Amino acid sequence: MSSETKQILTTDGIPLEVSLKKAEKKNKIKAFLLVAPLLLFLVITYIFPIGDMFMRSVDDKMITNMLPKTFKAMEKWENLDELPPEEVYRGFYEDYKLLAENQQHGKLGQRLNKEKNGFNTITKKLFRQIKRKKIDESASIKEQINKLHKRWRNVEYWLAIKRTAPPYTMAKYLKGMDMYYAADGSITQVDEDRRIHRILWLRTLEIAFFVTLFSFFMGYPIAHLLATLPMKYSNLLMICVLLPFWTSLLVRTASWMILLQQQGLVNDFFVMIGLVADDNRPEMMYNKVGTYVAMTQILLPFMVLPLYSVMKTISPSLMRAGKSLGGTPFVAFWKVYFPLTIPGIGAGCLLVFILAIGYYITPALVGGASGTLISNQIAFHMKTTLDWSFASAMGLMLLTGVLVIYWIYNKLVGVDNIKLG
Amino acid sequence: MALPSYTETRYRIWHYIYIAICTFVFFFLIAPLFVIFPLSFNAEEFLVFSEGMKNLDPDAFSLRWYKDMIYGTKNPWGLAAKNSFIIAIFATIGSIILGTLAALGLSSRHMPYKGLIMATLISPMIVPLIISGVAIFFFMAKAGLAATHTGIVLAHIILGTPFVVITVTATLSGFDHSVTRAAASLGSNPVNTFMKITLPLILPGVISGGLFAFVTSFDEVVVVLFLAGLENTTIPIQMWTGLREQLSPTILAVATCLILLSTLILVTAELLRRRSERLRGINR
Repeated sequence: MSSETKQILTTDGIPLEVSLKKAEKKNKIKAFLLVAPLLLFLVITYIFPIGDMFMRSVDDKMITNMLPKTFKAMEKWENLDELPPEEVYRGFYEDYKLLAENQQHGKLGQRLNKEKNGFNTITKKLFRQIKRKKIDESASIKEQINKLHKRWRNVEYWLAIKRTAPPYTMAKYLKGMDMYYAADGSITQVDEDRRIHRILWLRTLEIAFFVTLFSFFMGYPIAHLLATLPMKYSNLLMICVLLPFWTSLLVRTASWMILLQQQGLVNDFFVMIGLVADDNRPEMMYNKVGTYVAMTQILLPFMVLPLYSVMKTISPSLMRAGKSLGGTPFVAFWKVYFPLTIPGIGAGCLLVFILAIGYYITPALVGGASGTLISNQIAFHMKTTLDWSFASAMGLMLLTGVLVIYWIYNKLVGVDNIKLG
Repeated sequence: MALPSYTETRYRIWHYIYIAICTFVFFFLIAPLFVIFPLSFNAEEFLVFSEGMKNLDPDAFSLRWYKDMIYGTKNPWGLAAKNSFIIAIFATIGSIILGTLAALGLSSRHMPYKGLIMATLISPMIVPLIISGVAIFFFMAKAGLAATHTGIVLAHIILGTPFVVITVTATLSGFDHSVTRAAASLGSNPVNTFMKITLPLILPGVISGGLFAFVTSFDEVVVVLFLAGLENTTIPIQMWTGLREQLSPTILAVATCLILLSTLILVTAELLRRRSERLRGINR
């Protein structure tokens, strides 16, 4: 036998291997071309904008561009316990003068004021001096500025300017966790009574968790019933799950608003069975009770459908086998049936949790003051305060959380198990 | 669900508890939808059942809120309904075209980076709506498409395609590829094969994906709240505004119409599902 095997040729005389590779490549390109329009569309309109959100959330270039000479001079400022040298003052003066000529000085004042309170006053003072041309450029700028206000003689204020030098900042993310950069640049927590965001994060998690839990305990029995009943009955009962599923979210929220109001049917019922007195009807809306009830009902189909599609595939003979081997119905259920439904439980809980964590329409309508969740806060900053970079930062923090859950789920169960209807 | 006669008493009790729980949950799911019907025919302005209604007095019922919905002078429902339908129809068409093409590509066994691309394509379904809303708003604002119908349609295509991709991919997983090869061997070109062979076979999947896309668009409020101007108001936006300000019976009339619409969609989706099961030979 010679070491070289004879190459197999196609009829055109090309080696078969090459020809097959060519065909394979062609097929790959063909498949990819089919996906390309949607992929391109999503990348441009969706994936890039999410990247844009990230850029906005860390962007701090405005001030970097406003004070180029100052920051250049600050590189030479070595002893940070003392006031900066003359060059820094001169750089700041020249930058500020340019800004004043272009009517941009107000923005700088506001931005610096956010970094440290009290900047607005002293920059305005400087502005008036520059406008009246009272600053003598041939003399020491440092002395003249220091004379304007005692804060200019406080090194803390110069340190605050120095902190704004980097073009990127994590400040918005820290704000989202109720933290901030202290004067010395260390990360500090805000005062106990002002930690609003942490309350919102915890509340969002709490509501998402309990809604998932309630949906699971309500969804599991009915999914089981639907999967074990004969087709003709289960199809009928399935309507009870599918009709709410296809009905507008706002319609379902509206019906809960009617049911849960003080003169509503639920309260009527409680009065009728004597649970509460007629003149002492409990408030069930505009608090957490309303949020839990309405959200559970709205998200329940998302729990039932994946559970049902998994349970449908479990053969009833498995339970019978378990029982015939001496297990009580409980043991047979727990050891045989339940483990087989875990993919469905995973899919259902994941869906409900992810939907619940980003919810805000229902909590905003029936939750009252306690119905403000992280999503509401993001919408508030987008529409009312117009602090888009903060809204972006909070959005990305939420997104990271969701992706982590999604990733864990994918590791544990696999995303392929998600089924719709 | 009859129990065998040899069942012990305690399991009998458990069984009845289980049935009771199921009954309660089914009631909990479906009952809220039925409060809306009678109240939308209320002759009075309050959203509670009046004494007359409880006694089934015909005078206590009226169509005045339906008239208000259609003919009301300051009512925005006409414009909102028109916008909603236009946006949902175009968004559905866009989602179906892009989603079906992508699903065809993804189902090919030659597709490179399948997992990554699939994850990207269905990401709008996983990412919380508020984040999608912010991101899409940034894009539309830059592209000058905020407060336009085009912008909202594009946004809803983004949100709708994952459903089409998922349902069509699922349909294609049971698809016998030898039929397309047979067509090709008989001299049909790829486009012709697709239109005459593949499409009719996967049509149930395409339509049910389209239904999901339609409902997603028709019911979407979070993203539209960012994008819509006064001219592009939709039914969900009007409902959201109405529910926040004052719960009027007109909203219930609209809600009743929406429930009827969703019943229609449900029936269509069910018929399609059964047809596709029959086609795939899953007869039970």
